[in-house]
Amino acid sequence: MPDTPLIQVTDLVKHFPLGGGVLAKPHGWVKAVEGVSFAVFRGENFGLVGESGCGKTTLGRLIMRLIKPTSGRVMFDGRDIFSLPKSEMMLLRRRMQIIFQDPYSSLDPRMKVESIVGEPLRAIGGLSRGERRSRVATLLEKVGLHAADLDKYPHEFSGGQRQRIGVARALCVNPDLIVADEPVSALDVSIRAQVLNLLIDLQEELNLSYVFISHDLGVVEHICDRIAVMYLGSIIELANTERFSRSPRHPYTEALLKAVPFPDPHRKKEPAVMEGDVPNPIDPPPGCTFHPRCAYAFDRCRLEKPPLIKIVSNHSVACWLNAGSGIEGGIQ
Amino acid sequence: MKRFFGNLNFSVGFALSAVVIIAAGISLIWTPFDANKMSAVERLQGPSWSHPLGTDQYGRDTLSRVMTGAVNSIIVGLVTVAIGLSIGIVMGLAASYYGRFVDEAVMRFSDLLFGFPAVLTAILITSTLGPSMINAMLAIGIFYIPVFARLTRAVAITVYEREFITAARAGGVSELGIMWRHVLPNILSPLLIQGTIQFAVAILAEAGLSYLGLGTQPPAASWGRMLNEAQTFMSRAPWMAVFPGLAIAWAVLGINLLGDGLRDTLDPKMVRAR
Repeated sequence: MPDTPLIQVTDLVKHFPLGGGVLAKPHGWVKAVEGVSFAVFRGENFGLVGESGCGKTTLGRLIMRLIKPTSGRVMFDGRDIFSLPKSEMMLLRRRMQIIFQDPYSSLDPRMKVESIVGEPLRAIGGLSRGERRSRVATLLEKVGLHAADLDKYPHEFSGGQRQRIGVARALCVNPDLIVADEPVSALDVSIRAQVLNLLIDLQEELNLSYVFISHDLGVVEHICDRIAVMYLGSIIELANTERFSRSPRHPYTEALLKAVPFPDPHRKKEPAVMEGDVPNPIDPPPGCTFHPRCAYAFDRCRLEKPPLIKIVSNHSVACWLNAGSGIEGGIQ
Repeated sequence: MKRFFGNLNFSVGFALSAVVIIAAGISLIWTPFDANKMSAVERLQGPSWSHPLGTDQYGRDTLSRVMTGAVNSIIVGLVTVAIGLSIGIVMGLAASYYGRFVDEAVMRFSDLLFGFPAVLTAILITSTLGPSMINAMLAIGIFYIPVFARLTRAVAITVYEREFITAARAGGVSELGIMWRHVLPNILSPLLIQGTIQFAVAILAEAGLSYLGLGTQPPAASWGRMLNEAQTFMSRAPWMAVFPGLAIAWAVLGINLLGDGLRDTLDPKMVRAR
């Protein structure tokens, strides 16, 4: 793996105001992303998992500069995307694209497939209509649709086909990075594997990097090189996939892995290590945000928030249980 | 097309409106008599073979004047809706895109306009600027701005929340491009429906203003103006009032049905804005 990361996220924070208006002040803040740092390398598949509401989608949108952060930096290929002027950001957009979760609301119902997929190309300019059309036709073939679909409208396609249109749109500008925000969770199980395999094939062919956002650990373990687990806006464990599945170090990760369904009726069900619901991100608990649900919580957990500490190379965890074994000062 | 004509409201509305448009079209080329030609001998005649709808106090042919009045009404409908739509869409889009201060400003401006009774506002404008058809259209058009601004804002806000807007941003499309290529096409059908309804209201409003002497000025033919002139002769020549009145009812009913039909077919979920 080369040394310069494609994406370097540093201390990223995003708080959303609650209520408030022109005159009224907001009466609270949703702490969606609370100081997240990580890096994604070229050709790498970076998985981001967590329960609903843990901030993973917000994080994805921040990386794409679709929303502004409260603080923190995102460097794309060495350039801070939040300090770039709009015109330069437009140029950078051809190197980063996004695939959305909902294949229905992410395609404009009043546009033909040709316009939908070719839109980023059109925004960049420089190609004639005919050139765009033939490029879009090639892309459709690549994602398993047909050139004859160019003049159809989104409602003429099934969910899986629509998601392929979304993939084609993301590919159309030849990006280096694709943020895939739950790309298969809205699809039928039978279609999921097809779309996932398509994503894997495309990565090999085009040397893409993915930030793969999902709540489905099975999917992420299947396709990602490294996995980060988010809980209430923070990354609590980050490891390469092998270490992640074999020796998770955070109690939350452990609980998540145990919750993954396994196709074996004789396998004994292990007791749950975790109970209760995710706390409210408006008013997160003090100390480690996971402590109210953690079976191993002790005093320090209730007072101090554990930092993400590197315990071996390629494995960091934010948990006081691992405080002794840490290699100090290393954020991966 | 089949989808539209399968709807009873639309078909009936279309047929009624078509009659008005055809009558107006014919009147541009030919009317049975010159609509403004007076004839002292033929004053206040009832319906007959030569004057199917009778004549007025100056001996002018009522059928010719009703036909010419249709042109007048169509112009009023088109111009007022155009004024309201063009300014209302811009204001509504600005409110939905910028939110906060712009949104507040647009909405409070709309409240202000809605706060005045429409007819009073129109009388104010026409009596300040002077009674004429153009000023009447201006008065009605200004009153339409908040109608379209509110509708545009309400629908555009829901469109802005859809993911394809985010997708377009991620694709590097400019905000103006997003408005033009994504938001506008997705809000067009409710605006079209509201447009037809306001078209009918404009015909009524212009007739009302002309009846009060604030709209179309004599000798030009306008349905409202004709009613105004007819009231003095109600007992002697009721046809003078009946036929322009019927024409107004016909046109307004037709266009309203057309609008309802459009709503049923284009946008079954739409809630009437006002």
